[in-house]
Amino acid sequence: MKLEFKIIADLLEENTRVLDVGCDDGTLMEFLKKNKNIDIRGIEISKKKVQVCISKGLTVLEGNAEFDLKQFPENSFDYVVLGQTLQAFVNPEIVIKELLRVGKKAIVTIPNFGHWKVRLNLLTKGTMPVTKTLPNDWYNTPNIHMCTIKDFVKFSKTINFKIYKSLALMNKNVSNINNSNLSFKNLFAELGIFLIEK
Amino acid sequence: MNVKENIKTLIVNKPLKLDCGQTINEFPLAYETYGSLNKDKNNAILVFHALTGDQFVTGKNPITNKDGWWSYAVGPNKSIDTNKYFVICANVIGGCMGSFGPSHKNPKTNKTYGTDFPIITINDIVNAQVNLLDHFGIRKLFSVVGGSMGGMQVLQFVSNFPDKTKTAVPIACTASHSAQNIAFNELGRQAITADHNWSKGEYSSNNTIPDKGLAVARMAAHITYLSKKGLQEKFGRKLQERDDLKFGFDADFQIESYLRYQGSVFVDRFDANSYLYITRAMDYFDLAKQFKGNLSNAFIKTNAKFFVISFTSDWLYPTQENKDIVIALNAIGADVGFVEIESDKGHDSFLLDVPDFLSALKNFLDQSYKE
Repeated sequence: MKLEFKIIADLLEENTRVLDVGCDDGTLMEFLKKNKNIDIRGIEISKKKVQVCISKGLTVLEGNAEFDLKQFPENSFDYVVLGQTLQAFVNPEIVIKELLRVGKKAIVTIPNFGHWKVRLNLLTKGTMPVTKTLPNDWYNTPNIHMCTIKDFVKFSKTINFKIYKSLALMNKNVSNINNSNLSFKNLFAELGIFLIEK
Repeated sequence: MNVKENIKTLIVNKPLKLDCGQTINEFPLAYETYGSLNKDKNNAILVFHALTGDQFVTGKNPITNKDGWWSYAVGPNKSIDTNKYFVICANVIGGCMGSFGPSHKNPKTNKTYGTDFPIITINDIVNAQVNLLDHFGIRKLFSVVGGSMGGMQVLQFVSNFPDKTKTAVPIACTASHSAQNIAFNELGRQAITADHNWSKGEYSSNNTIPDKGLAVARMAAHITYLSKKGLQEKFGRKLQERDDLKFGFDADFQIESYLRYQGSVFVDRFDANSYLYITRAMDYFDLAKQFKGNLSNAFIKTNAKFFVISFTSDWLYPTQENKDIVIALNAIGADVGFVEIESDKGHDSFLLDVPDFLSALKNFLDQSYKE
């Protein structure tokens, strides 16, 4: 299992109710169900991946978080997890608000567009960055709203949600992000992991 | 056909009060089973049939000598694996394969009931079938599964008997029959009752059947079970055993010939009055209305695990209507999974060889059975 999932799993308490938005093939869900006794549900847009989840015995809804989160009542989950998909939504603001309506807390991870390799790529080549974590060209990428760790922190102030905990994943190391190291992490972290609240 | 030899029948001794107000007593409920009930009696699946189905789910139907209507999905090692599960299916009341229906003799008049048969509802149909659980000594089913009208019965069953099943799989159905659904059913009923032979439902005393009307009803309904794309791909404008148009009203086109065939084989196996009664039961189905407009309340008492399945090209019970069931379940935090299966075979997809559907159903059941 990838390190990102392990970090998310560590942030979640046992015996809670969790919704995994964009649950992919259910790898994280399976881990949480088995190891943390979490009552886990998933939403996934790809029919193929929904089928994979079903074959693993996971409760998954085929759907699009942008439209299908509204069916859940307020606070129906202890946590809602959104792994590396915020940038793919047409309206990330609505999605974040929906996550925090449906869940008491949310964990959001973002691929950091502020990473030095991305910056260097754009600086030297003058074309939209294509990297290992962002392998698509500008015209065929699902990632239409890329942001940096700094952007996300700023975003939290603009639309008014609390960042309870923020972690940076750099070279397989996990570290805390705070005000004094924000610029540094924004340059070197590949991934930002945020535990957020209303 | 030798009906008695091949049809298992439970005589239900418990009086059943119908929604129309009448009570029926000591009525026959015809059923079939596949596989075997295990010692703990926790491997039973109650399968509900659709409008024109019957209890002969799989294998050879001993009455029609054709394959059972769900042979793709039910059988050894199939989606509903009869090596593993004990499958029960009953002919719905109002039907014509041995269960109490309009073609039965009314002891008061010594004639068949015809339109004197009471109007029945999906609720009545389900309440009649729950007697099979007592008959087999099953306290809790492993699953209730059905497509189309069978799916409506799944929803009604879970609502009526919230602790009598562990899982529930409503397929290609709706919680409330739409105006379009009612319209198509009305078209079929009008075709039947407009047939001179129907004789206000008393055709059996005249030794005739309203075959023309019933065939038209079937033809119209059959179109609603297929998709435009599926029809176009299968038939297009292909001609039927001729090189050119004949400038007449014979079946020039293959699609015409196909529909006529579907109509003609249907009248051999289905009773016209049953068609009236069962389509009426479907039209009256509105589970939300039973709970003052809040569908969620239909499921509030159950812990059953749901799996809702729809098909992309089903325009009779489209994905959105299936999703409304999912939404109602999520609103109360029920355990519900949902998938829309890609298929151009229309509403009939659930009856056909659609691998993604068959594997999803199998995986859901087998994984849930392990838990």
